[in-house]
Amino acid sequence: MDNHGSYKSLINIWILLMFLTVVTVGAAQFDFGAWNVPIALIIASVKAGVVALHFMHLKHEDGLTWVFASYPLFLLFLLIAFTVTDMFSRVVN
Amino acid sequence: MSQEQEKNYLENGEGFASWFFTVDHKRIGIMYLWAIGVFFIIAAIASFLVRFEHLTPGQTIMTAHTYNVLFTLHGSMMVFLFIVPGVAASFGNFLIPLMIGAKDVIFPKLNLYSFWLYLLGAAVFMIALAAPADTGWTFYTPYSIESGANVILITFGIFILGFSSILTGINFIVTMHKLRAPGMTWDRLPLFCWAAYATSLLQVLATPVVGITLLLLIGERFFGLGFFDPARGGDPVLFQHFFWFYSHPAVYIMILPAMGIISEVIPVFSRKPIFGYKAIAYASLAIALISFLVWGHHMFVSGQSKLINVIFSVITYAVAVPTAIKVFNWLWTLYKGSIELSTAMLYSLAFIFLFTIGGLTGLFLGALAADVHLHDTYFVVAHMHYVMIGGTVFGFFAALHFWYPKMWGRMFDEFKAKIAFVLIFIGFNVIFFPQFILGTLGMPRRYFNYAPEFQSLHQLSTYGTWIGAAGFILMLWTLMRPLPGKAPGNPYRSLSLEWSMDSPPGTFNFDEIPTITEPVYNYGTKIEEES
Amino acid sequence: MGFFDVTSKVLKSIAYPSEMVPSIDTEDDGHHHFDHETEHSGAKLGMWLFLATELLLFGGLFAAYAIYRAKYPDMFQHGSQSLNVVLGTVNTVILIFSSLTVAIAVKAIQENRIKLVKIMLWITIICAAIFAVNKYFEYSYKFNLGIFPGTDIFYSIYFAATGVHMLHVFIGMAVLGVLLRKVYKGKYSKDNYTAIEIGGLYWHLVDLIWIYLFPLLYLVG
Repeated sequence: MDNHGSYKSLINIWILLMFLTVVTVGAAQFDFGAWNVPIALIIASVKAGVVALHFMHLKHEDGLTWVFASYPLFLLFLLIAFTVTDMFSRVVN
Repeated sequence: MSQEQEKNYLENGEGFASWFFTVDHKRIGIMYLWAIGVFFIIAAIASFLVRFEHLTPGQTIMTAHTYNVLFTLHGSMMVFLFIVPGVAASFGNFLIPLMIGAKDVIFPKLNLYSFWLYLLGAAVFMIALAAPADTGWTFYTPYSIESGANVILITFGIFILGFSSILTGINFIVTMHKLRAPGMTWDRLPLFCWAAYATSLLQVLATPVVGITLLLLIGERFFGLGFFDPARGGDPVLFQHFFWFYSHPAVYIMILPAMGIISEVIPVFSRKPIFGYKAIAYASLAIALISFLVWGHHMFVSGQSKLINVIFSVITYAVAVPTAIKVFNWLWTLYKGSIELSTAMLYSLAFIFLFTIGGLTGLFLGALAADVHLHDTYFVVAHMHYVMIGGTVFGFFAALHFWYPKMWGRMFDEFKAKIAFVLIFIGFNVIFFPQFILGTLGMPRRYFNYAPEFQSLHQLSTYGTWIGAAGFILMLWTLMRPLPGKAPGNPYRSLSLEWSMDSPPGTFNFDEIPTITEPVYNYGTKIEEES
Repeated sequence: MGFFDVTSKVLKSIAYPSEMVPSIDTEDDGHHHFDHETEHSGAKLGMWLFLATELLLFGGLFAAYAIYRAKYPDMFQHGSQSLNVVLGTVNTVILIFSSLTVAIAVKAIQENRIKLVKIMLWITIICAAIFAVNKYFEYSYKFNLGIFPGTDIFYSIYFAATGVHMLHVFIGMAVLGVLLRKVYKGKYSKDNYTAIEIGGLYWHLVDLIWIYLFPLLYLVG
């Protein structure tokens, strides 16, 4: 049923994650100015995606699980987008 | 049917333990019904006293502080202990497995744990009444940080209640995905189940945000975190954002199950197939999705930016569309139907009428300029009660009467129940219609005192509570004293699955899982005549 | 039934949910069980839904982070640089490693390799414990410097986010501990491993959250 992948492929995934952790820490040593946070978030999202797809077997799940796994991300985006928009479009007298 | 040998669910086991430790979804539903009923009555008494206080300007029977405590008690108890868990957890538990042809919900034990969590949350909430909160049910900062009341305990109670609500939501969603009987496709699913599905989505996805908000509020009082405190660089409006991110979807948690009930009752007593089945079903989902986009319309005068005000106002109009779709479809179902004015049908018709008033006055409040005038006045109070009582509570009462034979296996006195309905309907309108006028005249909500020129309208409103209370007591009296004799399995000639079995159902619902071959609402068609 | 009986029965049913139904009413047994495939896929779907709620629980903290970081860039720069990157990196490595071991445990139980499952669950729990000890040192170091939740908004977010995350680590440890105990009792096999799989999903979520918290708090200075 869920018998996907092998021990070796799991370990390969782990090595990839370790490599990405090095990239995360390494990237933080450089100052990209306004791009610092986006770069950190992109790397983190790649890592999170790898964990979800392979360790959590999302790759083998049906569409319904994908919907429930991704919809909260949209809601999180809404929450942040609307509150940040409000904060920085206020006109203070 | 071979259910004669099998005991029905009410007879299967006696005594406290057989209820408190049951995993039978029907018994759990009944226990929710009792629990929310008790809290409804307590909160209703609080509101009765609040209204009594307004008989005269200044002090009538209580001090200003008692008044603040009582309206907070009324609001928070009605919202968190009655109406949010209410219809979904009680009737949802009882009906969903019966309607989809399953023996139980998919996680029966989790279902029981959810109920225990509900009781635990309610207990913590009640303990907090030792130093009752006076913040209003919204717990707005900064007052909720400064208030000397027991805010931490009460919000922690609500946090636990939220957890219970999340687990119930997960249970219902997975049940409807995995346990539908063969042939029970999504386009044959009863509309109550669609509504419960949309409700569960909201419970699962919105409740965690209020969870973290209340945790942060507790942290704010405990450690002085400063997120919501301008003196520490925080922003009190952020609390309102977080709070309404949950609480706006929550108003649809409150109303959607009632809409589902109406969609069940109206076709049965019109003897017609429901008009626009798919439109109603998808409208439930659309409401669930859009309701996450409009929370800022509660905050037009909070200091929120003008840009975001306009965005939220526009989207607010969009959420009215699926709601209106439902109302039109119910009306079309009634059109040329052979209408039978049973008690449940009366409550349902009243629902359409009152909910439409509530919904349309909501549009006034969604309009930016009008809201500046009407915000935090009695207009809002009236609007909200037209939706919550005229909508949800009337839907809840419709369900209490409609499924009464199924739940208890007895019939009730329709005549007395109809008199009770008339009293409740009149009482409700006498209470809240004057409040629309009071609000437009500028009477602010949550005020202990008022100017003398408002007295006649306030008094009228208070008299309404007496009529409504009389009706409610008569309704309880009627329902507590069922008629002698056993109820038939299907007294209303309904076609949906829960009526195909004995009243009350056996412990395991179905001896054999049925196979569904027809849509649920085939009233007045060839199929019905054959059966 | 006295108060004591009820309480003990409640606690017992929480501790041993699988034994609960028969002890209450033997007739119930069997009727409230659905076929294996339905229970398995249902439990997984339920867990994913629960993970969605967990993500949104942290959502409030992420939103607060976004707003206050944009509002007070200097405070965040300063605060972030005061955190111990080495300990943070070590904890990241530990958590990712424990994610691997839990994934291996899930794979092993599907092949009935019970011994491997035990080893992997033990390693996961030990990793979680090391993570907690490191966090303890981090917190106490900050407290000694007189830095508490509420010192400024950055530290409030730091303590709130890592504190709520820490709570999840403890819950995860408890869940894995219960699973391990049941593995020793021989409850799981290749035909019955749903609990280990969804427990593993929960532990991966703890890792996922940390993958975001680590750069946002420790690195982006």
